[in-house]
Formats: sequence, C-alpha cells, structure tokens
Amino acid sequence: MGLTQIVAGYVPLLDSAVLLAAEEFGFAESEGLHLHLVRETSWANIRDRVAIGHLDVAHMLGPMPISANLGLTPLDAAVIAPMALGLGGAAITMSMAVWAAMAEAGAPEDGSPGPVGAALREVVLRRHRAGEPRLRLAVVHPESAHNYALRYWLAASGIDPDRQVDIVIVPPPLQADALAAKRTDGFCVGEPYGSMAVARGVGRIVTTKGQIWQMSPDKVLGTRLQWAQRYPEQLAALLRAATRAARWCEDPTNHSALAGMLARDDRLGVEGDLLLRAITGRLEFEAGKEHAMSEFFVPYSRAANFPWVSHALWFYSQMVRWGQVAHKPEHAARAAASYRPDLYRAALSGINMPVPGASSKIEGALAEPTEMGAIGGRLTLGPDMFFDAAQFDPDRLDDYIAAQQS
Amino acid sequence: MNLVLPQLTSEAMAESLSILLIDDNAIRASIIEAGLREAGHATVQIVTDMEDVAGRIRAFAPDVVIVDLENPNRDVLEHFFALSRTIERPIAMFVDKSDPAEIEAAVEAGVSAYVVDGLRKERIKPILDMAIVRFRAYSRLRNELEAARSELQGRKIIERAKGILMRTRGFSEEEAYALLRSTAMNQNRKILEIAQALVTASELLGP
Repeated sequence: MGLTQIVAGYVPLLDSAVLLAAEEFGFAESEGLHLHLVRETSWANIRDRVAIGHLDVAHMLGPMPISANLGLTPLDAAVIAPMALGLGGAAITMSMAVWAAMAEAGAPEDGSPGPVGAALREVVLRRHRAGEPRLRLAVVHPESAHNYALRYWLAASGIDPDRQVDIVIVPPPLQADALAAKRTDGFCVGEPYGSMAVARGVGRIVTTKGQIWQMSPDKVLGTRLQWAQRYPEQLAALLRAATRAARWCEDPTNHSALAGMLARDDRLGVEGDLLLRAITGRLEFEAGKEHAMSEFFVPYSRAANFPWVSHALWFYSQMVRWGQVAHKPEHAARAAASYRPDLYRAALSGINMPVPGASSKIEGALAEPTEMGAIGGRLTLGPDMFFDAAQFDPDRLDDYIAAQQS
Repeated sequence: MNLVLPQLTSEAMAESLSILLIDDNAIRASIIEAGLREAGHATVQIVTDMEDVAGRIRAFAPDVVIVDLENPNRDVLEHFFALSRTIERPIAMFVDKSDPAEIEAAVEAGVSAYVVDGLRKERIKPILDMAIVRFRAYSRLRNELEAARSELQGRKIIERAKGILMRTRGFSEEEAYALLRSTAMNQNRKILEIAQALVTASELLGP
C-alpha cells in the first residue's frame, strides 16, 4: 500500500529537527506517512500557506495559532497546535560593543538573567544620559516566544521594552549579518543563529531563554482545525511519528547524525558544528569559550511535546501585556482552545509513551525536576521557574494580567 | 528623449493608486512594473533591496504594497505595517478574506499584497490580478529558460555518447545514433538515459 502524503512546512531553525528527523529517519514511513517537507522563508508564508491549505501542517511559532484564532492575522482560518516541538533552544545575543559595556557594568559571564539584566539596564541608562540612540534588539516575529521572553526579561530587569529600547524584526538567517552591519545591537532568536553570531565573532550570548524561563515553550506543530477534523487518523499517525522522532533526536548517540542531516543544504544549510553545540548544550557564549548547559534544547523529555494549555494562556497573557490584543474572556477562551492536548493524548494512547493526564499546570512552580504520574508511564517535569520567581496560575489569568499591567 | 504622457483627467487621477513593489529579483520587478504601467497605473515604485524599506514606505505612503512571497523579509514588513499603521490592520493581503480562490491564486503565483484598509475591493482586484498574471509569466519564462538549458545539456551528452560509439566501435554517426535509439526503444527508456549510461560507463572504464 502506498504512503499517505502530508505536506509540512518549516523554517530553517534547530527546532524544526523533530519534523525533519521524522521524515529522514523513517518514523513517518513506519506510520504509513510520506512527509513532504517544504522550507519556507518567513513565518508569514507558514501562516498563509497553512491557512489556505498549501501546507497540511507546519513548524510554527507557539503563539501563532493563538494569534490566528484571535483574528490578528489576515486569513480567517482556525489553526490549532496539537503538539509542541520542544522546550528552550533560544538565546539572547548582544554585539561585542554592547557586551563590553555590559561586562563593565558588572554582567556575569554565566548568563544569569538577573544580574545580566541589571547590567543591561545600566547600559541602557548610560546611553540615554549620553544622548546616544536606543539599543535596537531584534526578534524574528512579534508573536514569537522570543519576543515575549526578551520583553519579559527586559521588563523584569527594569527596562521598558516599548520606550527604552527598540524591538525590530529580522529573519533568523539574517540575524548575524544585521548584527555585523550594526543594524541591530542584539537579538533573541532560536538556535543556531546565536551560535552563528558568536562563531563569526560579531556577538556574545549574554543569556538564554531557558534561563529566563526554564523549560519554556517555543515552537509547535500547527495545522488547520479543518484539516485535523477531516484527517484525524493521519494527524494521529503524524503525532506518533513526530514524538518518536523527538525521542530519537534527544538520544545522545544520535546527535551527530542529527546535526549532519540538519546541516545539509536542502535542510537548514548551516554548519553542523554550530548545530551540534546547540543540540548537546555545549554552547559557546563567546568564541572559544565553551559553556556547558544541561538541557539547553529539549526535544522530547520533560513532556516537551505536550501542548500545555497553560503555555497557550501564558503566550496570550503576553499578547495582552504588550498591547497586541485586548483581554476579554472570549479571547482567553479562544487562546486556550488553540492548543489541543486532547488530540495529542488520544494519538499517543496505548503506545507506551507517557503523556500528562492534566492539560494545564501552574508555570514556575517546580524548582527541581519532579516526577509525576502520567498516562502510560511516569514523567519528569520541570524545573520550570521564571528567573524572577513569579508564577503563572492559568486559573488566575485575570490577576496575572492585571499585575503585569500595573 | 521626451515622452508625451497621455493627459489624465482629474477623475482618472483620483482613481489611480500608488503602488509599491518589493522584489529582490530586478528582472521580475521590471516585468511587473511594465504591466502595471500598461494598465494605467502611473504611480509605481520599486524597491529591490530591503535596506531602509521602512523609510521608503513611509515616504511613498503607498495604497498597495506588492511583495514576492519568497521574500524573507515579509515578517519585517508586516511588523512595520502593524507599528506604523501606514497600512492599517488587517494589513495583509489579497484584498478580500472572503475570497479563498483569489487568495489561493495569489499564493500560487508567489505574490502577496498589502492593502490600505478601507480601499474597495473593485479597485484593488485588477492590480492584484495583473500582478498574478505577471508573476506567472515570469516563472514560466524562467522554467522555459531552464528547460532550454537542460535540453542543450542533453544534446551534448548524446553527442558524447555517439562519439564514444564512433571511436570504439567504428560506427558512423548515423549508426551510432541508430544504436542508441534502438537500445532506448528496447529498454523502454529515453535516448538521453541510454547516452548518459554509456558516458558514465566509459568514464568508469577509462579512456
């Protein structure tokens, strides 16, 4: 019998690995699927092509299905996230000049977001006093985990992201160029583009998204609700294939094969060494200085593929915080319904892979890795602390939003 | 050289929309621009590099922005539109959310359009239709060029295969071609494939 074709879009970033590995290493095929992968040049293309049905599924920014369902995007198509593609995986990189000023202001080398943020605040204030232009910091999309992580960190460090710095958009593969050309002073982007700036000697990683919020969500597998409803078996098969691929990606014995595959010109087209650094957590914060981080990018464990409704609601809280959408109960409900843990759980039932029984959790409550009961086995969740020790209880969304707007 | 421009009536002037075309492919951009001008849109500007595109948009204040779908800077543009409100949300694109066929045709052709909110569909549609036609024409042109190039390449390989047969078997050119053709027919393959196999084999076996 022939394979059922699923067309999947991706943007060349490390966390597209799960989808690419599902195709390359036979996981899709063993579920009876042929994954036809299409590399896209912008998140706008991913969004548009999913919406009109050119792509059945796509590697998508975590907040994107939410913004689509809230009408922030041009096409009216309901989009859902039935699976997440990993946790962590992004870093904040500054130009060498900004880093030098930060180091002088006391920024530690280990990336601790608190003191690094305090040093950045000092730099921002000094520049203001000296009448110098505001720092220009880049992210890849306004509705991205990176924009929210960067803004969260800045705000908690006493820097107003809307008034004291400029936040601009630059496509991921062009970040290092923009930094080198002094069009930007820093950026928060998924790997390998921070490592690329470091390797080229134009930037210094100052902290990571996983230090700002441990085990924080990033990309998801997105699809049209209509497609999911029409082809539930295909979707379930894809979720199983991608989860098995995610487990394979995390296994250290596969890391070099994974890096080699992703490095190819028809995949990411990025040097394999850079990818291997991010995959193994042996990041160089500056050229030649390796900095071992456990669990920098987590494609599988810690329930990394589970689309937590609490993640969706946290993204929503940040959309409200930064003025992208007004807070209304029906908006919150639509945001929550954008993530579909029920579909994920159903697809994985009975295949001996543990899945959380709850769909939501309090974010920022686990200081240590914590074992939890799960359907189909046991799971270790967390740590999931925010660097400022705040907690996000999705049942108290209104309070959280109100506190952040004060 | 002096160009005599047709006099536009004030009514026509009022109808004419300013169009900004963003395309890093200069050849395609000029093909589209020509189409727009032929269709009577005198106010067309082209941006081929993204350096300070925001400034250009602000200065030109276009009614319609047409951009190549593969331009990696679409996210940059959309953010700029959202911030400046030069082009009001829902910014993107394709004129009318309720017309999926139109949207699909545009994406298929590789074009995206951003339109000032409040412009009537009837005014934008001809512009978008024209852009779609021109984008398609350009990709057809490119495909034809590629086909021509690979055909030339194919002919060279057949020439080399004939040469090998003539040299090693003492065939005339006609006999060599006849052998290639009959082998292809017997094996139900293309002459080019047989020729390629022969060339490869001969390279492997040495001079």
